[in-house]
Amino acid sequence: MAWQEACDWVRGARGGQSPSKMPRDYPEIEYFKIPGQPVIKLIGIFVIAAGFALRLNTLLVVLASGIATGLVSGMSFNAIMEEFGRLFLANRYMTLPVVMMLPVVGLLERYGLRERAEALIRRSAAATAGRVLLLYTGVRQVSIALGINIGGHAGAVRPLLAPLAEGAARVCHGNLSKAMVERIRAHAAAAENVGNFFGEDIFIAVGSILLMKGFFDSLKIEVSSWSMALWGIPTAVAAFALMAWRTHALDRHLARDAARAAGAANPESA
Amino acid sequence: MSLLSLNSFYVLGGAFMLATAVRVASDKGHARRWSSALFWGLLGVSFVFGGSMPPAAAGYLVLGMTILAASGRVGLSRERSTGREERLESAERLGDRLFWPALMIPTTAIVGSLFFARIRWHGVSLVDSTNLSVTSVCIGAVLALGVGLRLTRAPVREAVGEGSRLVQAVGWALILPQALAALGGLFARAGVGTVVAGLVERALPTQHPFVAVAAYCLGMMLFTICLGNAFAAFAVITGGIGVPLIVHAHGGNPAIMAAVGMLSGFCGTLLTPMAANFNLVPVMLLELQDKNAVIRAQLPIGLTLFAFNLLLMEFCVYRF
Repeated sequence: MAWQEACDWVRGARGGQSPSKMPRDYPEIEYFKIPGQPVIKLIGIFVIAAGFALRLNTLLVVLASGIATGLVSGMSFNAIMEEFGRLFLANRYMTLPVVMMLPVVGLLERYGLRERAEALIRRSAAATAGRVLLLYTGVRQVSIALGINIGGHAGAVRPLLAPLAEGAARVCHGNLSKAMVERIRAHAAAAENVGNFFGEDIFIAVGSILLMKGFFDSLKIEVSSWSMALWGIPTAVAAFALMAWRTHALDRHLARDAARAAGAANPESA
Repeated sequence: MSLLSLNSFYVLGGAFMLATAVRVASDKGHARRWSSALFWGLLGVSFVFGGSMPPAAAGYLVLGMTILAASGRVGLSRERSTGREERLESAERLGDRLFWPALMIPTTAIVGSLFFARIRWHGVSLVDSTNLSVTSVCIGAVLALGVGLRLTRAPVREAVGEGSRLVQAVGWALILPQALAALGGLFARAGVGTVVAGLVERALPTQHPFVAVAAYCLGMMLFTICLGNAFAAFAVITGGIGVPLIVHAHGGNPAIMAAVGMLSGFCGTLLTPMAANFNLVPVMLLELQDKNAVIRAQLPIGLTLFAFNLLLMEFCVYRF
């Protein structure tokens, strides 16, 4: 595991040295003396970069990168497949919630969930696409900071958030062009991600804090979960402020698009 | 002993994918009918039998799915849905009751993570307490489906059909998060991070405390961009750069370093297609034309927030 390896490496490289010693004092060659750590192992990263640059299929690039990395570190093809398969199966939980939600989300959409969400937002005069998204980010941040993980792209953004934001924009600007819808939806996905990432670190029983705590425990460094959670707050506030700026920019952008479309349709009034 | 483990939902989800495979295979007008059906079939098999299949077999299943996807042989079948008029009419008829099932998923997830683990009798618990949150979401989805079917009086077939329409819209990107997680594991096993950390420390004048902070934050972001996962980057970069340089050499505060460092990694997650479940799956789910639309929307936030994190750490890590 990287974890253990990283920890061993830290201990090994620093062992016996006083911690206050400047890092440059001990020889640089040491990194390349560590057995089995040659630079060729970075080949996987280059495969990924090249694959993205050539716009190859991402799945193919990922698999090729894994195979290349495995081969240069001395694994057989079969062993690589075995390791890849084991990890693929172990991570099925990442795909499962999306798959489980799609039938009910699809069913509700078939019976007009998105249309109903749009109708709901029309009753609120103050709603704009940007304000709806900002509100969502705030709710998402606060709830996940309290340990409540609601939301998600399949469960909330597609069936509820995107239609609400689109509905609010329709109230303000009338019919939306394809580009406008695309912009709103992309920002809806961003609202979910920002709310999710930058609220999570404030809750102490959540993955990232537990991971950090476990990491320091394995190095025998005393760090309290509470202080790590506390130091997540400034960035959470900054993330919300940035989201406020972005959603405001979204609203302005939509207004400009709508004005341009109106101007094109009716040149005299423009 | 527990009644509902994650594995029962893997089987259920897998069965849904197998049903998708059957629906694709029975669509006679589908240009890439058999190869598409094979893709969903293989994925279904990896879910249904994943608990007992040898890992190497799963590896070759992934290889097969990758070849099908990369050669462009996975396409959409024609699942017919309702038109807008029809949907407006039923939205009018069903009213706000349509929201109930949609809200049941998060409600069950909250209640589930709080209480499900405590429900047990005679040593048999209702829910396996490992992976409780994922299991709770799945239970919520099943309950919501039940309520939704009752509400709309639709047959189960209709829900499966709509579900397969959506899952096919996501397409092969659905398994990208799993494949990337597997790649991260392989990188870890090969020791890629240790090499990167060594190179960074060699290349930069890290005897200056502020350079150490910059190297650590940048390392977290860049490595997250490469791996698509801040957690994987954390162990590597904090072990290789953060702890030896910031904490040991310069006496920085480990709590501030770790918290802000992880969040610098999250800024990287906003910017990378490698974080497929956050940046690519939604593109497919929301049916966007531009594959990078979500990353593009997040770019200003990710970069500004990274600069904020960098300054925050520079000012605080050696002071508190």
